[in-house]
Amino acid sequence: MVAAPPLPVRALSCPHCGAAIEQRGFDHTRNVVCASCLSVLDATDPGLRVLRTFAQGLRVQPLIPLGTRGRVGGAPYEVIGFQQRSIAVDDERYAWREYLLFNPYRGFLYLTEYDGHWNLVRTVRGLPERRQERGRLTARWGGESYRLFQTSEASTDFVLGEFPWEVRLNDRVEVRDFIAPPRLLSAESTEDETTWSLGDYVTGAWVWEAFGLPGQPPSATGVFANQPSPYAAARAGLWRLFAVFVLALLAMAAVRFAPTPALVLRESRQLAPGAAEPYVTESFAVEGRRAALEVEIRSDVSNSWMFVSFALVNEATGRAVDFAREVSYYEGVEGGERWHEGSRDDRVRVPSVPAGRYYMRVAPELAPDAARPVSYVLTLRRDVPSGGFFFAAFLLLLVPPVWVTTRASAFESTRWMESDFAGPTGSAPRADDEEEDDS
Amino acid sequence: MTRRTANCPNCGATIEFRWSSAVQTTCAYCRSILVRHDVALERVGVVSDLPATASPIQIGTEGRWEGSGFEVVGRIVYEHDRGTWNEWHLVLGDGRSGWLSDAQLEYAVTFLVPDPPELPSEDAVRRGQPLRFHGARYEVTAVTAARYRGVEGELPFEYWDKHTVRFADLRTGGTAFATVDYSEAPPLFFAGEAVGYEALSLENVRAFEGW
Repeated sequence: MVAAPPLPVRALSCPHCGAAIEQRGFDHTRNVVCASCLSVLDATDPGLRVLRTFAQGLRVQPLIPLGTRGRVGGAPYEVIGFQQRSIAVDDERYAWREYLLFNPYRGFLYLTEYDGHWNLVRTVRGLPERRQERGRLTARWGGESYRLFQTSEASTDFVLGEFPWEVRLNDRVEVRDFIAPPRLLSAESTEDETTWSLGDYVTGAWVWEAFGLPGQPPSATGVFANQPSPYAAARAGLWRLFAVFVLALLAMAAVRFAPTPALVLRESRQLAPGAAEPYVTESFAVEGRRAALEVEIRSDVSNSWMFVSFALVNEATGRAVDFAREVSYYEGVEGGERWHEGSRDDRVRVPSVPAGRYYMRVAPELAPDAARPVSYVLTLRRDVPSGGFFFAAFLLLLVPPVWVTTRASAFESTRWMESDFAGPTGSAPRADDEEEDDS
Repeated sequence: MTRRTANCPNCGATIEFRWSSAVQTTCAYCRSILVRHDVALERVGVVSDLPATASPIQIGTEGRWEGSGFEVVGRIVYEHDRGTWNEWHLVLGDGRSGWLSDAQLEYAVTFLVPDPPELPSEDAVRRGQPLRFHGARYEVTAVTAARYRGVEGELPFEYWDKHTVRFADLRTGGTAFATVDYSEAPPLFFAGEAVGYEALSLENVRAFEGW
């Protein structure tokens, strides 16, 4: 078999204005728009029949000139077509630009640009499954769930270059955008067909590099529908780090809680019903750094109450800390079932007690109607570990992940503000909805 | 490699068969369409001028599909409102016959399903209709009235005097793809997969100026 010669690029001239036209899309091109006079020409006609002239009311300059070649996914692609499309929201038009990329083997790709945000878009080779999830229409493709972001009616405002379809200015196409950042799944529907496409968010810097463009890309403003959240990844990382620190804290706490607190004082007493017998304990030493002192009462009170007033007095300064505790315990049998209420024991911590010599004034009082005397043991323990430090550390550790989570939520709010689901009811996804995007 | 040969009953040129089971072929010299009856070739028509399609695939292109090599031995060209497309006839290493369709450089590999599921009739087929096949949910995504534009090379059946043919394309939630071809009764059902160019490892493809 004789090898066919390379298929030539067609070099023609515009039948309307005479400007040179180079047909880069070979026989895939159906319509070509003259860069000079903007006439729409029929590329399937050998003489480039004029379809429309002076139809375009505006002229938009592409950021990537037609004929520019770049590399996408390791393969060369050439920009052969350019169009500006727009949607109307609340009487305001929002316009974006689309670049048609062509490789004679791999086919067509699109680059879209809106306010400095870019998407690399390819046709979907299947039919994403639409369904309702949590009351919101979603589309599933490639194992991923895309949430409906916006439904709009798009029209084509300006065209330039070549297209493998028939150009229709001011046509109306229903566009539904579903997002799973950094991807955007779009369905464009006419009466005859629905075309699905999948966009990947790319930065202007990526486009400039891929197409070797001079200068700087226009900077992106606002948050775009499928722009990846700069906080989402940091958020997941910080929460993981937080979990590690909390585990470390727990390990430290376990070590610190392990030693038995030092016994400072233990006294056993008896108290008769109705008696109020204040007394003073023996003097005792509190050593070490400023720490809490635990005061414990263990009694055998039954169907009665005991009230104890305490004063912890520093012998050197005379300064007293006053506090009072009560134990009450009731029990019985009712309907064949035992019941009880209250507790025979009580425990209280006197915080931040400095070292020094102390005594305690104790004023116990037993209910006058108590059936029998009460025995109780009063125990003082020093250096009872305090969770305060750990709690403070825990709170401090919470700050970075909470801050980033707040920023991430604010980013999502801004994103969804531009959707059909914006509003005071806050349809923005909850933070946990977005976790799956982090992976 | 030895290939079966025959002589064109019209011009006498040597016809070399790439695929021993071909039922129909075309003469590269006088462009006769030839149908094989046992050992003899019968001239049934002449190849019309095929529309330019700019497909990178050509007769003799080789590639791989699911671990098996294939060679492109023939094609059918169709035209519809939005352009033309090619159904390239593939012969796989194991002798199976398959199809590689190329519509505006969107590719799909399909095989004739000998025991198809119950198919909607040509008059009743509509976009959006569901169809279950091999456990997958298919949906009719396009119904196309195509004009038959011509043939080239070796085909597994006689196919040369068609006019318009209705097709229904079906897609799934993945890349599984199917086509119903209403050119025969009962209709033919082809099932396979929509694929990217890279996945086919094609060689001996067409050259394009500047690429």
